[in-house]
Amino acid sequence: MRNILTLGRRELGAYFNSPIAYIVIPAYLLITGYLFFSQVFLVGDASLRDFFGTAPLLFIFFLPAITMRLLAEEKRTKTIELLITMPVTDWQVVLGKFLGALGVLLAALALTLVYAFTLSSMGTLDWGIVSAGYVGLVLLGGTYIAIGLMASSWTRHQVAASLITWAITFTLYLGGKLVPMMPRALAPAVEYLSLDSHFVNISRGVLDTRDVIYYLSLIGVCLFLAVQSLDSRRWR
Amino acid sequence: MSTIESSTPNQTQSSDDAMIRVNELGKRYGKFKALQGITFEVPRGQVLGFLGPNGAGKTTTMKILTCFLAPSAGSAFVGGYSIAEQSLQVRRLLGYLPEDTPIYPDMTVLEYLEYVGDIRGVESGLRRRRIGDLAEICGLMKVLSRPVGHLSKGLRQRAGLAQALLHDPPILVLDEPTSGLDPNQIVEIRQLIRHIGEEKTVILSTHILPEVQATCGRVIIINEGRLVADGTPDELASQQHDNSYHVVFDASGFTASGQSDEAIQEQLERVPGVQSVASTSPNEGEFSFTIKGESTLDLRKEIFCCARDNEWILLELQRRQLSLEDVFRRLTR
Repeated sequence: MRNILTLGRRELGAYFNSPIAYIVIPAYLLITGYLFFSQVFLVGDASLRDFFGTAPLLFIFFLPAITMRLLAEEKRTKTIELLITMPVTDWQVVLGKFLGALGVLLAALALTLVYAFTLSSMGTLDWGIVSAGYVGLVLLGGTYIAIGLMASSWTRHQVAASLITWAITFTLYLGGKLVPMMPRALAPAVEYLSLDSHFVNISRGVLDTRDVIYYLSLIGVCLFLAVQSLDSRRWR
Repeated sequence: MSTIESSTPNQTQSSDDAMIRVNELGKRYGKFKALQGITFEVPRGQVLGFLGPNGAGKTTTMKILTCFLAPSAGSAFVGGYSIAEQSLQVRRLLGYLPEDTPIYPDMTVLEYLEYVGDIRGVESGLRRRRIGDLAEICGLMKVLSRPVGHLSKGLRQRAGLAQALLHDPPILVLDEPTSGLDPNQIVEIRQLIRHIGEEKTVILSTHILPEVQATCGRVIIINEGRLVADGTPDELASQQHDNSYHVVFDASGFTASGQSDEAIQEQLERVPGVQSVASTSPNEGEFSFTIKGESTLDLRKEIFCCARDNEWILLELQRRQLSLEDVFRRLTR
């Protein structure tokens, strides 16, 4: 556990030592800020519904920028040699990297709490719904990060890693949107796999165990595949 | 991970004093055979030089020993632990400096050493002391707070060395530790490695031959994935002895008596054990020859006697030693 935290801290540090964090976080805040304030002041709807509702789509664009470097960069610059030859297991490496990237997401999400506080200063805000929404955002974002980390473990090219991540997350996202047009036999399966449909309940403030299990198991599968890919380098 | 990590050395395979034991190691990359059955042992307190042309398999062997790659055939034990089944224990015993010193460029030297110490489980008080000592030894004092990416190759190399030594490992694996250093730094690093090698086991790879003679107690030469020589630098040089001699005579006496160098050559060829004699371009007033002996027998006595009997004035007589360069070139051509 101590190793995982050390690796995670190093990973988080790397984001803040480089421009990545200073580009991705403000860009995310800019867009969510625009969506939030336009909803409040132009539409006159004082809620976080759009902020939560757009997250599954926004994350598709922002999170690969964070995750693409995780393992691809280590492989390209060969720093992975020093990392892997230290007494750490592949699982510790993957979990450390996952936590590091999750840290950037948490930093960005923490800053968006400003929107919630703005609303609560203007009137009453149901903090229950907001907390459920944030838990959902972390689960959703964690899933994207796990997918991105898995893609990053497959290649030494960051751009390739981000394209693979886009392809997977887009498919999982659009799958949910296409459910109404699907043959009846397929629809439930596609809907279950869709990243988006599980988030709808959560963003309404309903934390269903089935949704939580969905995200957690997807994270688990992706991290497992990343570990397998990391281990496979030894046999090539 | 499906491997079982047990905490005791694999007793059936571990040997008395060999810190590193490599047995019939093979590695394929696709169809390319990078290593083909390499076997050697390294006892405690030895600096082993790993020599070979580029692409011979030096780095591959090191990557296998440090558990970065798995071998396709054979086995290896480090400190009695199997690299295949007890990789965590093996990695705890090792300090590793990979080729080209890949260190995170965004971290400062101090941050990086702290990070390595943390993962290596060096307790924080000791860690601070070790970092201080190593910064001193490796000449990193002035650059501790600079990002690794801003350092010159030589400084980065020294940071890499400090990183490998941080947890005071009993075994060091150094892949071309002096590449990119200036001559003064090379001397310093060699001294450091020799000093470390008094108590610890060191494997270093290089294709710089004087480096081996300067630092290593033992040399292994590999070529195209096979082990072609194993011994001390001197042993290797003498094993590959070609038994030839260089002699120079004072010419003034001969010209006075009307003798030519051909006559001398003839006389020399008659010395028992001599295979061939060749006249080499002499300096003014000198005759010089290269004599090749038949067997490995030392002919210096016979050559001297021949000169004395003929009353030639002998200026030089030298049995030619093959340098490690010659041995290396011979074995890896």
